[in-house]
Amino acid sequence: MTEPLVVLDHVDKWFGSLHVLQDIQLSIGRGEVVVVIGPSGSGKSTLCRAINRLETIDKGTISLDGQPLPQEGKQLAALRADVGMVFQSFNLFAHKTILENVTLGPIKVRKQSKADAEKRARELLDRVGVGHQADKYPAQLSGGQQQRVAIARALAMEPKVMLFDEPTSALDPEMISEVLEVMVDLARRGMTMVVVTHEMGFARTAADRVVFMSDGAIVEENTPEEFFTNPQSDRAKDFLGKILKH
Amino acid sequence: MEAVFSNFDEYLKAFGVTLGLFVVSGIGSLVLGLFLASLRVGPVAIMRRAAALYVIIFRNTPLLMIFIFMAAAMPKLGYNFKWVEDIEIAGWSVSAFFVRSTLALTLYTSAFVCEAFRSGVNSVDLGQAEAARAVGLTFAQSMRYVVLPQALRAVVPPLTSVQVALIKNTSVAAAFGMAEATATMRAFTNNNADERIQIFLLFALGYIILVEIVALSSYVLERKWKVA
Repeated sequence: MTEPLVVLDHVDKWFGSLHVLQDIQLSIGRGEVVVVIGPSGSGKSTLCRAINRLETIDKGTISLDGQPLPQEGKQLAALRADVGMVFQSFNLFAHKTILENVTLGPIKVRKQSKADAEKRARELLDRVGVGHQADKYPAQLSGGQQQRVAIARALAMEPKVMLFDEPTSALDPEMISEVLEVMVDLARRGMTMVVVTHEMGFARTAADRVVFMSDGAIVEENTPEEFFTNPQSDRAKDFLGKILKH
Repeated sequence: MEAVFSNFDEYLKAFGVTLGLFVVSGIGSLVLGLFLASLRVGPVAIMRRAAALYVIIFRNTPLLMIFIFMAAAMPKLGYNFKWVEDIEIAGWSVSAFFVRSTLALTLYTSAFVCEAFRSGVNSVDLGQAEAARAVGLTFAQSMRYVVLPQALRAVVPPLTSVQVALIKNTSVAAAFGMAEATATMRAFTNNNADERIQIFLLFALGYIILVEIVALSSYVLERKWKVA
């Protein structure tokens, strides 16, 4: 692994008196796929959202490609353009068609021509398997299709890193695999990814590293094989015991 | 009936004044209200508070009081707006009464318009703004391309109610020297005591027609902007 792409250095955050991120130290290398797992309320979503500053942090620094995250304003918008984000609830722009959802960023932020942006958008939509839905509105698509569009929307910005905040948690079971397949494909193509998920299968197949969080702190990190077969901490053993039992 | 139909031009002129008051203060209140709303949802804390204070003052004060303030207190402060009567554009000029009335109506109504817009912005899921920012749009761009277009749809019905109330609120100007519909109706009934009911019904009909035009246009907009 070369120099890290994303570095979180001594990051702390409080929600009121709740210490949601505790002295987080994490470096993510180029092309690395890091899966963050942990029980609800462990701070894993907050960690993910902090990387593109949808959540502010109270202490420490986060840097992307050597640059610390800027404050609010134009530079922050420029940074976010380089960080793709996929949300649990898809958040496709409800008043725009699928195609417009994917082209809005490239046209308004990257200043691409409409024709170029649409050509690229159609390629991406084909790649995630929803090319034939381009002229529909988000509400007309299934959850799995919407989430794949959301991935295409993020990819259209040619991001350096993709953040996934529980991308399959709002999906019906049979739609989960179609989204995971797209994500596995993305991982194979060398995209740097931070994935917050409960999908242990995905962690085993696609992750280079598993980060286990509990109560706002990183408790353990390891390769997927090591983590799942030989967890070190009691907290991780307890967690895995609960989720792998059924 | 006879009283109105034989003076039909006066009837039309009266509603012309009502319409004039409505259109000018309607546009004024939409512009000022949208501006106030953007301050209220914006990122600058002191502006948010200033806009909130405006709403507290003007939404919570009776319209009649604002009119009285405009008519009685403003001239004391040196603003009687008489100077507008010297301005003539293409043969048209307005009276100081008209300016004071539209000012009172605009100040009052924009507080309600502001709240209607704010509720519209709040009705748009927070995830929409987050997704817009995550794509790299600036605050202004995410408002313009993502939040406001969706808010506008949600805002048409409450905004229509506010504007309909404004049409009827123009009648308060009757007490302040404007020969608009309500004042003219009173003059008609004074002169034709035997036709009071008919006169009243005809003037009521005038208001109903005006309001229905606004209501129907809003219905058309609502249909047109409906999310698929």
